[in-house]
Amino acid sequence: MAVIDFANPTRFLRIVDRLMPWLIAATVMLFAIGLYRAMNAPDDYQQGATVKIMFLHVPAAWLGMFGWALMSVAALGTLVWRHPLADVSGKAAAPIGAAFTFICLVTGSLWGRPTWGTYWVWDARLTSMLVLLLLYLGVLALYWTAEEPGRGARAAAILSLVGAVNLPIIKFSVDWWNTLHQPASVFRVGGSTIDPSLLTPLLIMALAFTLLFVTLHLAAMRNEILRRRVRNMRLMQAQEAHA
Amino acid sequence: MELQAEGLTCNRGGREVFRNVSFKVPAGAALIVTGRNGAGKSSLLRMIGGLVRIAAGRLSLDGGKTDTPIAEQAHYLGHQDAMKTSLTVAENLQFWTRFLGSRGDFGPALELLDLAPLADLPAAYLSAGQRRRLSIARIVAVSRPLWLLDEPTSALDAPSQTRLSEIMRSHLAGGGLIVAAAHGAIGLDRARELKLGVA
Amino acid sequence: MNPLAAILVRDMRLAVRVGGGALMGALFFLIVITMTPFAVGPDLALLARIGPAILWLGALLASLLALDRLFATDHDDGSLDLLMMSEVPLELTVAAKALAHWLTTGLPLVVIAPLLGLMLNVDMHALGWLTLTLAAGTPALTFTGLIGAALSVALRRGGLLLAVLVLPLTVPVLIFGVAAANAAIAGPTPFGPAFTILCALSLASLVLGPFAATAALRHGLE
Repeated sequence: MAVIDFANPTRFLRIVDRLMPWLIAATVMLFAIGLYRAMNAPDDYQQGATVKIMFLHVPAAWLGMFGWALMSVAALGTLVWRHPLADVSGKAAAPIGAAFTFICLVTGSLWGRPTWGTYWVWDARLTSMLVLLLLYLGVLALYWTAEEPGRGARAAAILSLVGAVNLPIIKFSVDWWNTLHQPASVFRVGGSTIDPSLLTPLLIMALAFTLLFVTLHLAAMRNEILRRRVRNMRLMQAQEAHA
Repeated sequence: MELQAEGLTCNRGGREVFRNVSFKVPAGAALIVTGRNGAGKSSLLRMIGGLVRIAAGRLSLDGGKTDTPIAEQAHYLGHQDAMKTSLTVAENLQFWTRFLGSRGDFGPALELLDLAPLADLPAAYLSAGQRRRLSIARIVAVSRPLWLLDEPTSALDAPSQTRLSEIMRSHLAGGGLIVAAAHGAIGLDRARELKLGVA
Repeated sequence: MNPLAAILVRDMRLAVRVGGGALMGALFFLIVITMTPFAVGPDLALLARIGPAILWLGALLASLLALDRLFATDHDDGSLDLLMMSEVPLELTVAAKALAHWLTTGLPLVVIAPLLGLMLNVDMHALGWLTLTLAAGTPALTFTGLIGAALSVALRRGGLLLAVLVLPLTVPVLIFGVAAANAAIAGPTPFGPAFTILCALSLASLVLGPFAATAALRHGLE
């Protein structure tokens, strides 16, 4: 089964239908294991049990960024290689990536409350994630406002690539800005000294989240393909009436 | 010089507008594209002009400048006139002649289209027919071999239509090519016809 | 005359004649500055402290709102089609339009900035430096905004979409512009590094903007 098989939407749908039960099972299992390990992991001596929000917050952050990377690759597929499923992939990835970024912000906010007393702190990581969310919302706005799916997809692809180039610059700027205004670092997300007893559950959760992303992504791609088929059928119906 | 098209297919907004369209237009010849509304006449012209992506098929201008896209060797006269209302007639034409790379002046073109007395008038004051003539003046002022004309006679009164026929004929006589979309006759006898939208 | 010079001259002529170009942007800038004390109170010390930030935000918004019409007018009257059919690469045409736009919209903002700075009680000797940061940074705003303008004209949607798309991309320019301005006034950091990075961002946008905008126009309008 070559990669080129994925190029045919019908074949792709068939493959996804076959894979889906396995993916769902694997995702559920990994989450079960991950959450069990997370619950049993030791508490942080400073933050108590709230450090366990990290098991949601950190993977969500990684997947928010992964989502944009996936959109950028899909964008190249749309604009450069004109792969038929590329724009479907990008469009499916955008809301999922945005959702994970949002989860990252919410969990970060909840984490900050008991630790620092406020729901929102303009630290470097949260602020970068917020700008990433705004970029996601911009791409989603392009999909929503486009009358033709093709045009919206190409516009979104360009914005994905522009964003991919800008995100490192934005991250650098926000980090720089943060050190300018807040000399004391605020969040230590376990930093470089994560205890192994915390590391393993974290990686399992990250894997579980990634599998969740892939499952949702494939399901969303399937939905998008079906949605386009309905649209084409409606267009053909209108055209036949015209003739 | 010859414009050759083989198996052209056009997709717009997810639906197929036309497929497998082929034709040849040699130097000195005109092709009139007909068909009902929505058959893709404008899309075909825009495709030749490089403004619409070619979904399938081949398009080439043999005998033209090699390595130059067809778009740069063609004039496109669409439904809109591409003239700025706050610039005068002369300023509009001056801009296009400079931008499209012509060294010549546009005075003769203005004369030919009877626009010389209006040269210093802002384009906002022109009637629809006068604006159309101004667009035609642009095509006359800058020399390009292929003319893509989308319903060129619309908004023109009878004398102007006659003038346009003369202009088109002398372009063809000089070895130029014309592809025009029209509903009816545009004053070119001995033109080939391509009917779009026939199953 | 060079085709690019022709575009530059035409766009500048249009901006001046159609009205609402240079003066409207400057007027909006003035209004934003005027509204600020209503929001934060007339405390001069506070205004002086946030002055550079408010000036930068005002310039940012004024630049963005004016970008709306950059491609829209050409798209609406069919000029854009012809611009795409010229020997001049579209990237250069787009860059020339952006330059004309900055000269007629961005530059006036830079020119009245010192006056507005006085209204916000910004330290007088720092006004020059502040204006310099705006001069270096407003091109970045225009050239980055190009991308949003091209995307929103392809989708036939207007100013708000443009702002939503472009504002996150201008975060670095804003950060370093304000930092440089503050550095000139009192800041702990020196003016040089922040200003240099600001210039680098502007130069990068001079390249990235036209390329991305051209891609958006081509792919969006085909």
